[in-house]
Amino acid sequence: MRLAIVGTGAVGASVAELAAEYGHTVTALADSRSAVTDAAGIDVESALARKRDEGRVGSGDPEDALNGAYDCLVEATPTTLGDARPAYDHVRAAFERDRDVVLANKGPVAERYADVRALERESEGRLRFEATVGGAMPVLSTIEDCGPAHVTGIRGVLNGTANFVLSRMAVEGLDYEHVLAEAQDLGVAEADPSFDVEGTDAALKCVIVANVLARGEREYTLADADVEGIVDVSSNALRLASGDGRTVRLIGEVVDGSVRVAPRTVPTNSPLAVSGTENVVQIGTTDAGRLNVSGRGTGGPETASAVLADVRRLESTARD
Amino acid sequence: MSETREPTTYTIRLELVDEPGELLRALRPIGEKGGNLLSIFHERGDKTPRGHIPVEVDLEATPERYEAIVDELRTEGINVIQAGTERYSESLTVLLSGDLVDTGLSETLTRIRENTNSTISDFELSAPQGSSDISSGRLRLGIEEGETGHTLSVIREIADEKDLQVVEPLYEGGV
Repeated sequence: MRLAIVGTGAVGASVAELAAEYGHTVTALADSRSAVTDAAGIDVESALARKRDEGRVGSGDPEDALNGAYDCLVEATPTTLGDARPAYDHVRAAFERDRDVVLANKGPVAERYADVRALERESEGRLRFEATVGGAMPVLSTIEDCGPAHVTGIRGVLNGTANFVLSRMAVEGLDYEHVLAEAQDLGVAEADPSFDVEGTDAALKCVIVANVLARGEREYTLADADVEGIVDVSSNALRLASGDGRTVRLIGEVVDGSVRVAPRTVPTNSPLAVSGTENVVQIGTTDAGRLNVSGRGTGGPETASAVLADVRRLESTARD
Repeated sequence: MSETREPTTYTIRLELVDEPGELLRALRPIGEKGGNLLSIFHERGDKTPRGHIPVEVDLEATPERYEAIVDELRTEGINVIQAGTERYSESLTVLLSGDLVDTGLSETLTRIRENTNSTISDFELSAPQGSSDISSGRLRLGIEEGETGHTLSVIREIADEKDLQVVEPLYEGGV
């Protein structure tokens, strides 16, 4: 497929770098200020080099990428809340041209799911967003394969930064601030870690799952989620949990139509007690029992692999 | 008398005179009459208006043995306030964090117990280190079957009021 990639962060850049290996051609690449397009395929390496050197991928207008030749738009700009712009506008532009859309950006499907689905219905294009939930882990495709009607709920560890902090605190007996500073030094936590440690990121993923499970009967946004982060979890509390054979993890849950993210105690030997930046999701099903999926929830190439899995699915299934 | 019935968990609330050896004296009949002592909740600082010390004892016994234990306690002159027949078949453990001490730990625990159909089986406090006011506690409650949701909502309400954080357990069932 011919891909137009919008967003040149870790995920967008990785999709661009890996696309050829997966049999696709990148015909457009855009950042917030510029774009490079070529219907025959752009030179990804030099575009990314230019981004590093000059802060822009090319000399064209970002709009050029959306108006150029492509089959599938890969939306990989940073997630925004509320109206989910500019990602939402990019999705609309692609659907108006009957192109397929693959999202790595959580905003449109977490905050404007019904609007995005309405745009998709009016278009020949199709929407996929595997990468928005759990990075490399096949969470949404597993739900799709079971059929959302046969999924009773999900729960899991959906934020690697929060999990790194909690598992380090538990093992080393260190305070939150100390471990967070260490995570920032290691590049595991952002300079502003609030999105991760306050539970927003995990909540967005749960909201997306809730939207999929609701099958259009109800729309969820971040406002429907009950969210509590890990900022107030003390090393004392972790010590007490460990005295009881348990530990604390930031758990996201979509059960009985409600979305909740909160620190919870889990048995130390539970499949949910993953350590470091590892993520894990349990999917409850009516007939297949409980499925556990674990793996890397973040990272450029990891998340790009989920984007490319979506592209492959689009390529291999006919439009209806 | 036949003793074929299954042992049940009971809670006995006692008020002890503040004298050395009283607690031991109160516990002796439990073992002697074939009860299995599960936990003792005993706060020395928390006295009743009459200057007695409230103690809550959870034990396991057959109904016949339980009756014999209560009779023996009364015979011994131990002040039995309540000899519950409630059955606490499930256990619920939560972590509480915040300024547990200055927000009145004893009152917090009493309110949790009184507003839920539960008994406190265990409480462990981890005191703050250094200048931090944040302490944490692990509270284990005996609750009746099916009472988890209600118990947690009462705990959350009391914790919210006192600006305490509650870390709830995640059960293996769930999804």
